[in-house]
Amino acid sequence: MPSRLEQTARPENMLLNMGPSHPAMHGTIRIALELDGERIVNSEVEVGYLHRGFEKTCENRTYFNLLPYTDRLNYVSPQICNLGYVLTVEKMLGLDVPERAQWIRVIMSELSRVADHLTCLAAMAMECGAFTVFLYNMKAREFLWEVIEATAGVRMTTSYIRIGGVRADLEDGWDDALRRAVVETRRVLKDVHGLLDKNKIFLDRTRDLAVLPAAEAVSYGWTGPCLRSTGIPYDVRKAFPYLVYDQIEFEVPVGERGDNYDRYMVRMKEMEQSLRILEQAVSRIPKSGGRVLTEGIEPAEAIGQSRSQRPGRPIRLSPNLMGSEKAAYPDILSRDPAASVPPKEDTYTSIEGLITHFKFFMKGHGLRPPKGEAYGSVEGGNGELGFYIVSDGSDRPYRLHVRAPCFHIVAALESLIQGRYVADIIPTFGSMNMIGGELDR
Amino acid sequence: MEEKDRLLQKLKEEFPAAVTEAGGFPAEDVVRVEREALPRLAELLQQKPFDCAMLLDLTCVDYLQSESCLEMVYTFFSLSRNHKLRVKARLPENDLHIGTLTALWKNAEWLEREVFDMFGVRFDGHPNLRRILMYDGFEGHPLRKSYPLRRQQPRLPLKK
Amino acid sequence: MGVKDSGPAGRRSKPGEGGFLTTRFNHILGWARKFSLFHYPYVTACCGMEYMSTACAHFDLDRFGMGWTRFSPRQSDMLLVVGTITHKLAPVLKTVYDQMTEPKWVVAFGACAVSGGIYDNYAVLQGIDAIIPVDVYIPGCPPRPETVLDALLKLQEKIQKQEQDWRWKKKTGSSRS
Repeated sequence: MPSRLEQTARPENMLLNMGPSHPAMHGTIRIALELDGERIVNSEVEVGYLHRGFEKTCENRTYFNLLPYTDRLNYVSPQICNLGYVLTVEKMLGLDVPERAQWIRVIMSELSRVADHLTCLAAMAMECGAFTVFLYNMKAREFLWEVIEATAGVRMTTSYIRIGGVRADLEDGWDDALRRAVVETRRVLKDVHGLLDKNKIFLDRTRDLAVLPAAEAVSYGWTGPCLRSTGIPYDVRKAFPYLVYDQIEFEVPVGERGDNYDRYMVRMKEMEQSLRILEQAVSRIPKSGGRVLTEGIEPAEAIGQSRSQRPGRPIRLSPNLMGSEKAAYPDILSRDPAASVPPKEDTYTSIEGLITHFKFFMKGHGLRPPKGEAYGSVEGGNGELGFYIVSDGSDRPYRLHVRAPCFHIVAALESLIQGRYVADIIPTFGSMNMIGGELDR
Repeated sequence: MEEKDRLLQKLKEEFPAAVTEAGGFPAEDVVRVEREALPRLAELLQQKPFDCAMLLDLTCVDYLQSESCLEMVYTFFSLSRNHKLRVKARLPENDLHIGTLTALWKNAEWLEREVFDMFGVRFDGHPNLRRILMYDGFEGHPLRKSYPLRRQQPRLPLKK
Repeated sequence: MGVKDSGPAGRRSKPGEGGFLTTRFNHILGWARKFSLFHYPYVTACCGMEYMSTACAHFDLDRFGMGWTRFSPRQSDMLLVVGTITHKLAPVLKTVYDQMTEPKWVVAFGACAVSGGIYDNYAVLQGIDAIIPVDVYIPGCPPRPETVLDALLKLQEKIQKQEQDWRWKKKTGSSRS
């Protein structure tokens, strides 16, 4: 039993452990309860069961290599975590990112955000007993993940958003796939609204429960949908716009009371706004500069040719890369050679390309931001996801700290469940969207 | 822009020892203060006109090997002025403690516990200064540079 | 995909051993066990998302007989360790494993459960087989649902081939701890 609870508990009350292995699929957190019957007299929340040493590990990896670790922070919306890290490093390097890459990043962020909210509400509803909502939301999430997978190659933890741009350009036919996914998601959202919004059981379990007034929420450092449910319209995308969000029209839904139901409703409305952003992105993304798809010479031939002269024609690359990488680069990656891996044609066929590639990965060389520190933040699924990076001029960060939004949100859990029933913990905790990877880092 | 500079000027008048640093990267305001002045500064920042209602982040950087100090880094955020201010305070190696901010912001409790756990900084006046991410029985402070990355302290006997 | 030969619940029979009735009985027992696995999803991290996908509509677990998720170790026979296990969490995993009743199988889902994954540091247990015996290892970070289904089919094959040892008191040399 956690020591503080043991020391302060009255002997007539029962001590119960809602232990780290939870039926609620939130990951690992331990809530020790002091109960008087069914009422919670006191509680203690113990976190750290998923502390994976992210910050210490990142001090031992180069800026490029630690990208997969950032995916695993908020693993339901991993592209947003990638983005936060990458924006901070680009801020330190002073990089300009091509516009198409920025729109692609917006698309990936919003797909992640919808997936995050779908998962959160699915888990919350399932624990309140609404299993159908869980299955519907998972179905919608699959459609979104298929869109992500077609471009990034991976469903979940993609490491797709790279320093300087993105990894690869969008697949052909992505706009139709995205439109279909948006239509399906809208259908699912409509069903979920019908199932839960006016459902007496759901309302009884969430309305006026775990109310946190706005001033207290700010004092706890809440951000994101939980803060917006209390009435404060703070959204990093509007307050400190990044990428192309200042060119996109969308609203920031705000709740009134700050109870569980408002947190649920704010997330539902945010998903609708995200779908709206996706539709605008589909129509407004700048066209790609064109890629050579099938004409071209085989790589082996190109390497052979390059021994005597530079290959004249574009090179057809291996099947997992669509067409020529070099032609796609201006759209998706910054031109700065210190920031990104050079295109494969150059690497394999010219000496400068080879040297640039080699120096990018060589120990002690590669991406080296100037000495200093920077703090960059994005609007994650849970709130303001900030990265504080201290650079000492070498190729590894001296210190990388993540401002995890759900750390602050879960800090308020003890006060929110005080005096309530045990069963009230479930929707409260579910509406907070605690993600272990982000909470414990 | 001007209002922000005016406020920073006002801050420097109250705290003459506070040094404004340019972080080097665009649009970041960083102020360095003495360790003893930090709780008072935080209290001032919470009131008007600064109105930093939110403590956004609280962390620490280990400079023990190069400069024999730990540097505490606080980020205060004012919702009304939409402005983030970073405040840094250095703690000398032999005296790693600083006043707590738990009376001013509620999330300071957990944030300070995390810094204590990872770096070993003691916060005077903290109601519940215990480890939060690591387990009881873990020795050492992992995020210090002196702690090796791979030194494991398993709680159970491990096979193979 | 690694499949160890002797799991905690039984042992592989040598050809020709055992009579006709016990072989038929083992066969039926194996069939019954493999198609009615109650699993305990010990979910910690990112792999949990892929677990949820595998369990839901697109890649259904129910058609393999694994639809019932039992959230109590007493009621389940398969421990599905999903995600990273840290040293802080290791005693809890051991307790849960010890609370499960025989026959039981353990599946290490994801690179972190198999070997610590990309986290080789002070906080992470480098593979759950350091504290509990594992039957099937599923690599991947996170593994695709098809990979998980393939692993579960392999586990089912393994269960089919295992024998029930009638000498209750004698432990069959499989490592249990």
